[in-house]
Amino acid sequence: MSDTTLDFDADVDASYTVTGNDWQTVLPAPEGEKQRIVVNMGPQHPSTHGVLRLILDIEGESVIEARAGIGYLHTGIEKNLEYRSWVQGVTFVTRMDYLSPFFNETAYCLGVERLLGITDEIPERATVIRVLMMELNRISSHLVALGTGGLELGALTAMIFGFRERELVLDLFEMITGLRMNHAYIRPGGLAQDLPDGAEKKIAETLTLLRKRFKDTSDLLVDNAIWMARTKGVGYLDLEGCMALGISGPVLRATGLPHDIRKTDPYCGYETYDFKVPTENTNDSYGRFLIRLAEMQESLNLVEQCLDRLRPGPVMVADKKIAWPSQLAIGADGMGNSLEHIRTIMGESMEALIHHFKLVTEGFQVPPGQTYVRVESPRGELGVHVASMGGTRPYRVHFRDPSFANLQAVPAMSEGGMVSDVIASVAGIDPVMGGVDR
Amino acid sequence: MSDSTPSDPQTTATEPVAGQDVAGAGESAQEVIEVKRGSFGVIGTGDTSGFGGLVDKIETEPAASRPYGGWFDDATDELELALADRGLPATEAIERIVIEHGEITYHVRREHLIPFVTALRNEPALRFEWCSGVSGIHYPDFVGKELHAVYHLTSITHGRSIRVEVSCPDTDPHIPSIVSVYPTNDWHERETYDFFGIVFDGHPALTRILMPDDWVGHPQRKDYPLNGIAVEYKGATVPPPDDRRGYN
Repeated sequence: MSDTTLDFDADVDASYTVTGNDWQTVLPAPEGEKQRIVVNMGPQHPSTHGVLRLILDIEGESVIEARAGIGYLHTGIEKNLEYRSWVQGVTFVTRMDYLSPFFNETAYCLGVERLLGITDEIPERATVIRVLMMELNRISSHLVALGTGGLELGALTAMIFGFRERELVLDLFEMITGLRMNHAYIRPGGLAQDLPDGAEKKIAETLTLLRKRFKDTSDLLVDNAIWMARTKGVGYLDLEGCMALGISGPVLRATGLPHDIRKTDPYCGYETYDFKVPTENTNDSYGRFLIRLAEMQESLNLVEQCLDRLRPGPVMVADKKIAWPSQLAIGADGMGNSLEHIRTIMGESMEALIHHFKLVTEGFQVPPGQTYVRVESPRGELGVHVASMGGTRPYRVHFRDPSFANLQAVPAMSEGGMVSDVIASVAGIDPVMGGVDR
Repeated sequence: MSDSTPSDPQTTATEPVAGQDVAGAGESAQEVIEVKRGSFGVIGTGDTSGFGGLVDKIETEPAASRPYGGWFDDATDELELALADRGLPATEAIERIVIEHGEITYHVRREHLIPFVTALRNEPALRFEWCSGVSGIHYPDFVGKELHAVYHLTSITHGRSIRVEVSCPDTDPHIPSIVSVYPTNDWHERETYDFFGIVFDGHPALTRILMPDDWVGHPQRKDYPLNGIAVEYKGATVPPPDDRRGYN
C-alpha cells in the first residue's frame, strides 16, 4: 500500500467519503481470498434512473453484495417548506417525485385540508379533476417506467413507444396546467384553475389514441422471448420480504397481495369508482411489468369515468379566508391575474383588496395538530406527515416517498444474481431519485 | 402607544413556560409545546401596532377518554391485553392517547417502545404488519421532550392505521431502534438521525443517508438556519426566506 493508506486506529476526528478512485486507498487488498471487485454503478449512469449510486461487490459476474447510496439529489425541500406559506408549499412538493407531481400535490393538499377541517367542503368538480389528473399521471409515470426499463434492457423500441405516448399525456398536462412538469395545479382547497375550454374533448381523443397504442406496446413486449428472458425470475421478492422491507406499489402487488390504498383507505372518492387492482403471483420484474401495463388500462377507464362525472361548478372552496382570491387569465403580457378581479379589488371593494393582500402576503393559518395522509402513487404508498403550530407556515412536512422505501429492496433482489440482473431489478422497482432524496 | 397596550408579558407572574404542565395535574394534562409572542414578526420597540404584546400558548392535544369511538376502543383493549401478556402494564408503556382528525396516536415512553411495537406487530388481533417509517419533529421550546419520533403503522389484515409517537430530551437524544421489528425502518431511522440528530440505539449502521458523511449539524432542527442568500433583482434586494417577515 502506498503512503496514502488511511490509518484507522489513529485518534483523529475525521470521516471519509468514499467515491470514485478512492476505494484503493481505503480498502486493503484481500489476502488469501478470491478476488472481489467493488464496482460503483452510478451515480451518473444511464441505467440507474437518475443519480442512484449502486455499490456492487462482485465476484466474476455475480453480485456478492449490493448497497445503494443515495442523497445525490437532496435539495432540502422539507426544510424549505417550513419557511413558506401553506399554498407556496405546493410549488415545492410537486418537484419531489417529478414523475408523479399530481400525487405529491394531492397528498400534501389533502393533509392541509384535513388540518383545516375542510375535507368535506372541497367542491365535487375539484375532486373529480384531481382524480382525473392523478390517473393521467399514473399513465405517464408508468410509461416512463416501461420506457426507461426497456431502454436499460436493450429494448429501444419500448423506450420510443413509452416516451411517444407519454408526450401525449404531457400535452394534456400542458394544456390544462400550463406546464409539462412541476405544475403546482392542485392547491389547498381545490385547484389553481378550472379546465380550459375544449380540454374534455382533447382528453377523450387522447384516450382513444392511447388505447390503440397501448396494444402495440403490449404486443411488442408481453410475449417477447428476450424481454421474458431478461425479466422473468429476476429481482425476486416475495410477500414476506415486501412486508418486512416496507415495499409497496407494483412490487408488492406482484406478490399477489391486492393492496392498493385507493381501495383499502379511499380518498378523493375512489370508493365510488369502478376499477380493479391488478395482481400477479410471479414475485419478479416481469410480473411488475405486467401489473404496470394492466394499471394503465385501469387508469384509462378511471379517466373515462371522471369525464362522465364532470359537472359545471366551482373548483375552489367557498371559504374566502382560504380560497386564493384571484383567477388567472391571459392578458396582453401573458398569463396573470384577471383584469376583472383587479378592477373589483382596486375600484369597488376595499374588503376584497384587503383579503387579497392578506392571503397573498401572509397566507391562511392552519390550526395546530398533525395528520398523516397517504395516497397510492404509481410507485406505492406516498404518505405525508403534516404538523402545524397554528401559523401561516408548515411546522413540519415529511414525505414518506415510496421510492425511498422501495430502494431498500435492492440488496434482497440482486445479491446472488448477475450484474446485468441488477439493472432489471432496479427497473422493476422504478425509483425516482427526486422523490428518494427530496 | 395607547393605554390599552397589554402589560409586558415578561413581567407577568402567571407567565406560561413551555414544557410545563398547564394544570400541573400529571401526565394526562395538556402540556405547552410553544409560546408565541407578538405578531407580524415585530419584537421590541419597533412595534407600533400593539400586537407585540400578544401571547399565544400552543398546547398538546388533550388526552382522549373512553369511549374513543369506532375500532379505537377495540384495538386499545386488545393492545392492553397484549401488553399485559408480555408483562408490561399499558399504563406504564402508554403516556397518553390522543385522537385528532379521526387518527389515533399512542404516545409511548421510549424505554417501552420495542415491546410495544412487537406486540402491535405480532398479536393476531392487532397485526400491524406494515410500518410506513419514522418522521421526526423538533419542538425547541418543549422542555424535556424536544425531539419526537413519529411512526405510522398499518394493519393490512384489519384495515387499520395508528400513529405511535415517542419523545426524548435534546440533552439525551436516544430512542431505541425498531429495525429489529420493522426492517424497513433501517433507512427511515437513518434519515431521522441525519436530519434531527436522534440516535436510534440498536440500529445496525446508523450513518447519515441524505446529507454528506462529513456534514456538521442536523438540518431539520429548528435551531439550524436555512442559510438562504439575498437575491438582487432590478436594483431591489429580496432577503432570503428565513429573513423575511413571518406572520406566525
